[in-house]
Amino acid sequence: MGRPVSRRHSIAEAAHGGRGLSASVMLAGDPRRRRKEARVRGFLFAAAAATVLVGVAIVLALIGEAWNFVTQVEFSKLWSLGWFPRRDFFDVRTIVLGTIIIAGIAMVVATPLGLGAAIYLSEYASPRTRRILKPIVEILAGIPSVVLGYFALTWISPNVVQRLFTANTFNMAAAGIGVGVLVTPLVAAVTEDALRAVPVSLREASYGLGARRGETVRKVVLPAAVSGIVAALILGVSRAIGETMVVAMAAGATGGSLLQLNPLEPGQTMTAAMTALAIGSDQVAGSGLAFQSLFFVGLLLFAMTLILNVIGDRFVRRVREKY
Amino acid sequence: MTADTTTPTRIAVAAKLQGRRVGWGESAFQLATLIGLLLSLGVLVALLADIVAGAWSVVTTRGADFVSTPISLSADTAGVLNGIIGSVLLTIVVAVVAIPLGIAAAVYLEEYAADTRPTRFIQTNVRNLAGVPSIVYGLLGLGVIVRLVTALGAGGSANGRNIIAGGLTLAVLVLPIVVITTSEALRAVPAGIREAAYGVGATQWEVTRHQVLPAALPAILTGTVLTLARAFGETAPLLLVGAATGFFATGGQGLMEQLSGTYTALPVVVYSWSRQPDGAFRDELAPAAILVLLVLLLAANAAAIIIRNRSERKW
Repeated sequence: MGRPVSRRHSIAEAAHGGRGLSASVMLAGDPRRRRKEARVRGFLFAAAAATVLVGVAIVLALIGEAWNFVTQVEFSKLWSLGWFPRRDFFDVRTIVLGTIIIAGIAMVVATPLGLGAAIYLSEYASPRTRRILKPIVEILAGIPSVVLGYFALTWISPNVVQRLFTANTFNMAAAGIGVGVLVTPLVAAVTEDALRAVPVSLREASYGLGARRGETVRKVVLPAAVSGIVAALILGVSRAIGETMVVAMAAGATGGSLLQLNPLEPGQTMTAAMTALAIGSDQVAGSGLAFQSLFFVGLLLFAMTLILNVIGDRFVRRVREKY
Repeated sequence: MTADTTTPTRIAVAAKLQGRRVGWGESAFQLATLIGLLLSLGVLVALLADIVAGAWSVVTTRGADFVSTPISLSADTAGVLNGIIGSVLLTIVVAVVAIPLGIAAAVYLEEYAADTRPTRFIQTNVRNLAGVPSIVYGLLGLGVIVRLVTALGAGGSANGRNIIAGGLTLAVLVLPIVVITTSEALRAVPAGIREAAYGVGATQWEVTRHQVLPAALPAILTGTVLTLARAFGETAPLLLVGAATGFFATGGQGLMEQLSGTYTALPVVVYSWSRQPDGAFRDELAPAAILVLLVLLLAANAAAIIIRNRSERKW
């Protein structure tokens, strides 16, 4: 025990295991304040830890059931005629290729639209135009995917796809275009950030050498921002792969699907396969391994988007570090 | 090489200095980017026009009645009341759970944690969580949260697939977004404010509580409102956590029954109506429900913009 000079000190000493600390306690201030600090710090740390816990919980939940699926399924069923989980046909090709087709169509739409919008807003538009148009692009980003799904089904499919080709009402092309529209604001936002991160001095140097605005944009600004643009496209693909509602509503194939490579026909993606299974007749009960297959597909999807996001994130940070 | 300033030379030099006229390629590129922008905006216009045109008959004939009547099997009397109640309750659960937790986590990461390997790991983890597809959060809800809610005795008549589980699933979904937007808001508060408060003897929590958080509040609020709007419009995870896609959503009764019973949400109503074989549901009621959804979301966005503009501060 130290020397309890006053009540205040003895409280402080109690708080610190009763060791003699009188001199430092004087400097450290009111022990009640210190204890409160410790409590608050502990609470805040717990909150931060909880966010990590969410990540861990996702991975564990997915791996647990996915493991049950992998160990119990017959491997021939994973490479069979189609994706009919309720009848124990789990052809992974069908839904992975469907996902790739739709994400591909989406990027064909989102790349020119997103990059064009970003380049125009960042490089050509007057500040006034920018102030008006940019929030409108942001509104597009705030539209829920279920609304775009409805739009893809009732407008894009009949007015765009079926006008150009003979296609089923439910087709992968309309879903792909819908997903592309959904991804466009994301591509535009990340690209615009990258373009704005290019220092004005680079542009001024280019003008100083006699280059015009167009030359400056194409030969100086875009090359300088290329890693940000790559990041925008990678994150766009990741978002397109994970998009659910547009595909579930516009691509059809609610029950299951045969392997389908024609984008004008209904098709199934990994995400839509999951919703179809979850809402079909009576929840996920289904036969045999249908419930477990949900988690297997989820794990596959999680892994694909995680890899893309990590790569995209690398590119984004490269932009930030360079300038 | 005398000072040969004959007229032809002078004309040639002057022409060089003026430059060629802007080439075809130059303006074509600018035009292409403009077309990209206009197409994105055009899609928005087409979408809104399509929705409003579809919703028109319901809006004009039913008016406010559509918002205040419950879901029904008959297209003439079906309304979106259950959906609105469900969505509002879900959003409240999200707000109560995700916002305090997310803000606290962000305060820890930005104000307290040293820039160490574990901190960076948490930050990377949060960024990656924000990019996880929403349907995967639905699986988390189905595999973990529903069971947890049931185990805690809040499963009710819906076997755990109720608003509590749905709200917690959405809360987990938006948590990383809350952390990221709050972190950005905190980072924008200049270090000078913190140093001044430390200088007069404040503790770290006092600095955070009385200086940093109030300064960052408008930006945090803006982010929060947008996040809640995001949760309000989310559909896919709710389908996995049992939002009714049929017409058997409950409603009415006591609050506890509503939280623990079967439920539906506005975006889920849109989804299930657009799947109905009855044309009136798909072509008239679904766009009307979308219109209600968009109006509510637009109001939230407008509120966020107003908060941002009211409190815009330059340091």
